[in-house]
Amino acid sequence: MNYGPLLFLGILFTLASSWVGLVLMPNRQLGALTANTSTNDAGVVVVYPQARHGEAQQGAEHYRSLGCVYCHSQQVRPEGFGSDIERGWGRRRTVSRDYLYDKPVMLGTSRTGPDLTNIGERQSSHDWHYSHLYNPQITSKGSVMPPFPFLFEKRRVPASGPSPEALKLSGEFAVEDGWEVVPRPQARQLVEYLRSLKTTVDLPEAPLPKPAAVEE
Amino acid sequence: MSSPKTFSALMPGDVQSDPARRAILAEIDASCRVPVLFFVVSGLLWLLLGTALALVASIKLHNPEFLAAWEWLTFGRVRPAHLNTVIYGFASQTGIGVTLWLMCRLCRVPFPAPGLATVAAVFWNLGLTVGVVGILIGDSTAIEWLELPRYSTPILFFSYALVAVWSVITFRLRRERHLYVSQWYLLAALLWFPWLYATAQIMLLIEPVRGVVQAAINWWFAHNVLGLWFTPIGLGAIYYFIPKVVGRPIHSYYLSVLGFWSLALFYNWNGLHHLIGGPMPAWMITVSVVASVMMLIPVITVAINHHFTMVGHFGKLRHSPTLRFIVFGAMAYTLTSLQGVANSLRSYSEIVHFTHHTIAHAHLGVYGFFTMVMFGSLYYIVPRITQREWPSLGLISVHFWGCAIGLILYVVPLSYGGILQGLGMNDASIPFLKVVEGTLPWLRIRTGAGLLLALGHVAFVVNLGWLLCRVFGPYRKPVVELFTETGTAAETAK
Repeated sequence: MNYGPLLFLGILFTLASSWVGLVLMPNRQLGALTANTSTNDAGVVVVYPQARHGEAQQGAEHYRSLGCVYCHSQQVRPEGFGSDIERGWGRRRTVSRDYLYDKPVMLGTSRTGPDLTNIGERQSSHDWHYSHLYNPQITSKGSVMPPFPFLFEKRRVPASGPSPEALKLSGEFAVEDGWEVVPRPQARQLVEYLRSLKTTVDLPEAPLPKPAAVEE
Repeated sequence: MSSPKTFSALMPGDVQSDPARRAILAEIDASCRVPVLFFVVSGLLWLLLGTALALVASIKLHNPEFLAAWEWLTFGRVRPAHLNTVIYGFASQTGIGVTLWLMCRLCRVPFPAPGLATVAAVFWNLGLTVGVVGILIGDSTAIEWLELPRYSTPILFFSYALVAVWSVITFRLRRERHLYVSQWYLLAALLWFPWLYATAQIMLLIEPVRGVVQAAINWWFAHNVLGLWFTPIGLGAIYYFIPKVVGRPIHSYYLSVLGFWSLALFYNWNGLHHLIGGPMPAWMITVSVVASVMMLIPVITVAINHHFTMVGHFGKLRHSPTLRFIVFGAMAYTLTSLQGVANSLRSYSEIVHFTHHTIAHAHLGVYGFFTMVMFGSLYYIVPRITQREWPSLGLISVHFWGCAIGLILYVVPLSYGGILQGLGMNDASIPFLKVVEGTLPWLRIRTGAGLLLALGHVAFVVNLGWLLCRVFGPYRKPVVELFTETGTAAETAK
């Protein structure tokens, strides 16, 4: 194999094959996907998915910046493949359309922590999320998630009285009398993002399971 | 394709030792001295930083309170900072250095632009410094293997283009008519990488494609960085150094051809097995699973070819540090590739996909195979381009055993722990936190393994620093043939 040009062409054409097959073709098939419009049981027209705005979108940036994706996936595998659905991580598998507006798409490849596809559905309380981010041991004893104290501010209780947002800390996590821990804007935005994570809308390609008929 | 007729055609060119050839070799080594050393030394400094970041990340996984107060040291920043420093700082730079030297040696031409290559190395380090600081202050893209922020990557690309163009020109200027198998692999790596990197940069960062197409391109890229960048450089080096050190030609020319072209055909289709179970059309994943299984052909072919070249010469492992590292790397290549085939099967992936098993697998590939091969290559190359021998055999031993034992201690327990983790996660009756608790012993062992690897790295860097001090010290008579049959510094010093 001493013929340079042959080698060169072989090198080029082999990579060109998968460049067409795994880069251009997926873009051709999925790049023009659009949101789905349907009418729900109450007769309301639902367009899904929707792009995130405001605080939730800013929160997505913190999720990216803090590298949450390295321990948390955002994908629900189909029924019968793993136990994602049995664990309550989603009621249906996720499909391409669920991620239409995500930039970047953060599917994740690791589950050092649980899947977050539907964390907004599973945990809707602000308090739970704030406590969990401030120190995961408060809500999930034994977790290996790092605490994020830098997303919170420890300050003196203002003269006007404790802030409504102040974390309710007790036991070993309590702060000294006269002090309180309040979320900084980053924490607020991150929690809005987490609360926005849910795939609870029917899609033709991934219908939600129908409630089992009641049998007497 | 003609089959080579002569013994020497199967060998990396420079076995003959007539004075004219020696003069050319000396000229080639001198032309590579500054750029190769620059790439290698800065690569090793990034390795030290990457090792420190790795240790911090590893400790955090079993002690989450460790260094938790600092935002820039949170796990989600340290981990990508580790990956990018070792991949683009250490592995790529060392790989470029080794490629450059091998290319010149095999083409029998001095490197035509040592100054420009050195400039390229300076820019590469600048771009990477900007990028890694960017990750730590929160500008990571969160796209795996592409975390370096957009503002740093054009510097890297420019620098890469500069050095790669001159490596390809070196290839064009070759004086040796016969193309040795290592040259196929090196030329392929040099041409494949910019294509991969440019595609990923444009379609993911500059003008992002829609939705999960990003994930497809992400994994096409990330897997191909391993398969079409590190793997060909690593295999090219193995194909060069095994015959070189044991002093016999590669076992079979035809197996080399089969191994190269089957790798070129199949490896680049592998990437989407990282998305098994994910929200992608089934055909994309299936085609990658099929291609991953087809990888058995190049892997087994290359393993047979290397093994039969080594047969009867395993005794030389005792004497040649180069051979020791290279053979370790070649074995790790076979193992990690077979493990990769298993991981790509849907039934196995269902268990191990989201677990630490994948992390162990990645380290067996990038570290056990590629890094060890690079270490072995450097033990051969550095004495030639500096004309100084390694000062301490003891440090070489510490380096080898620290890395070899460290790696085995890293990969074996964590692979096993990952399987247990996956089985636990797939059983919905086991609470998630119970599964997390089950991973802790394996994660602690991993930190221990990391300390051993760190010890090996420090020993190597100290030895290299010591060697470089001698370059600036009193002049010593240069020795061209340093690694002879018995191939150790002690012998050659006489």
